[in-house]
Amino acid sequence: MTFTETLQTKKFIVTAELFPPKGTNLKPLLEKAELLRGRIDGFNVTDNQRAVMRLGSLAICSILQKQGLEPIMQMTCRDRNRIALESDLLSAAALGIENILILSGDHPSQGDHKEAKVVYDLDPVQLLKTARTLETGVDLAGKKLDGSPKFCLGAVVNPMAEQLDLQLAMVEKKIEAGAQFFQTQPVFEKKLLELFLCKTKDLPVKFLIGVFLLKNSQIAMFMKEKLGINIPDEYIKRLATAASPLDEGIKIAAELISAMKPQVQGVHIMALGLEEHIPEILNKVK
Amino acid sequence: MIITKQKELDKILEKLKNRKNIFIVGCAACATKCATGGEDQVQALSVEMSKHGLAILGSMVLDTPCDIRVVKKDLARDDKAQKAESLVLLTCGAGVQAISSVLEDKELVPALDTMFLGTIERLGNFHQFCSLCGDCIIDETGGICPVTRCAKSLVNGPCGGALKGKCEVNSENDCAWITIYDKLKKNKTGIKKYHNIKNNAAVNKPQKVKTR
Ligand code: SF4
Ligand code: SF4
Repeated sequence: MTFTETLQTKKFIVTAELFPPKGTNLKPLLEKAELLRGRIDGFNVTDNQRAVMRLGSLAICSILQKQGLEPIMQMTCRDRNRIALESDLLSAAALGIENILILSGDHPSQGDHKEAKVVYDLDPVQLLKTARTLETGVDLAGKKLDGSPKFCLGAVVNPMAEQLDLQLAMVEKKIEAGAQFFQTQPVFEKKLLELFLCKTKDLPVKFLIGVFLLKNSQIAMFMKEKLGINIPDEYIKRLATAASPLDEGIKIAAELISAMKPQVQGVHIMALGLEEHIPEILNKVK
Repeated sequence: MIITKQKELDKILEKLKNRKNIFIVGCAACATKCATGGEDQVQALSVEMSKHGLAILGSMVLDTPCDIRVVKKDLARDDKAQKAESLVLLTCGAGVQAISSVLEDKELVPALDTMFLGTIERLGNFHQFCSLCGDCIIDETGGICPVTRCAKSLVNGPCGGALKGKCEVNSENDCAWITIYDKLKKNKTGIKKYHNIKNNAAVNKPQKVKTR
């Protein structure tokens, strides 16, 4: 089933993130993808995430596509100007990649090429609109296209952000610009999630709530303290005292999904290189 | 105002190895306010260079070294400047080039790095609030520039990564969009309004203005 079709069903949607390798060895990534075949509805392939240079999302999406897996190509605004972005959107379409997740992208100063030129020629709202413009058969210069693409567009939102009103205004703006689905930042906190769901329940798009696999208490502490992600102390305690922190993290992720399941349209799992454990998480979901 | 900072002394000295007859030029405008190229800095550099055995022929703080007319009138006619072999310039890049266009056969050693167009909070405390995009939109963003003050130049709203009101990219900076949001709170359409893609051709380099 294509992701567009999946979005139209009532099914509980599961997507997960895959990280391209730093280098050309695709074997580990493809093995992980294979383990997830039939278990998830969409494979997000990140675009030089954390501004760390890696193999490109487009190439991997194309390979997944050929293997009968449904890729969601992540596209950041960080590195390419409008010419390159439009061109890559057309390239994706030509390779049969329809699903694009558009995001601003982490700043180069946070990555491993800190001296790179910072681009951000378009912002995510503008890039969504640009993709929709290409669908109408013209480009940003107003020039006619010989063959136009068709996309299923996604965007991101942070339900845990401090200014929820501002995030909600962004959601509306992104929907207006063409977003059909949202994948969110990781959510660990029930109350904030409920507030977010309540405020977004009438919107005509699907929200796939971010679920993060915490592999140990150090990661959890880092996310809480450095990234300001609201992780309940109880989880950190469980991870710190567990005989196998990873197993505990898997349990926590499964609990989070089980608790969300009745309320949300789907989840987006971020396992940060531990994608092989996603089936275990899903097996534990009640 | 143009914000500059002085290059490391070693780097300046390296360029001046074995030179005789050095002349130092400062700037009475921006570089004085920045305390990078005023009378005091010209003196200080002169002392340092003498300590390193370099012969300083003279110095001059030009009113506005970025003005070719001023360079022609005040610097080009100066005897010592004419005799000098190398000129050390405590000016911004615009100043260096105004001087190089007039004193074509002198060796010029820029001693400052030119950083940005700055807003002065107090002396020694400068902010980049405008990055000269040539297509100003801040009438619609509460007078706060997202092109410059948002690390990602997002003109349609925040990335969602701000933490305690600070930017996810650099926690020393306020998130521009939270600042804008606070200013526009009463005016919700302000946040929701779509901002069009910017015309970057407005700042294709090198720019020129010729009104007469
Ligand atoms: S939008 Fe910002 S960068 Fe552009 S001219 Fe206005 S203040 Fe300067
Ligand atoms: S945190 Fe705010 S200022 Fe920083 S990049 Fe995001 S939107 Fe821009």
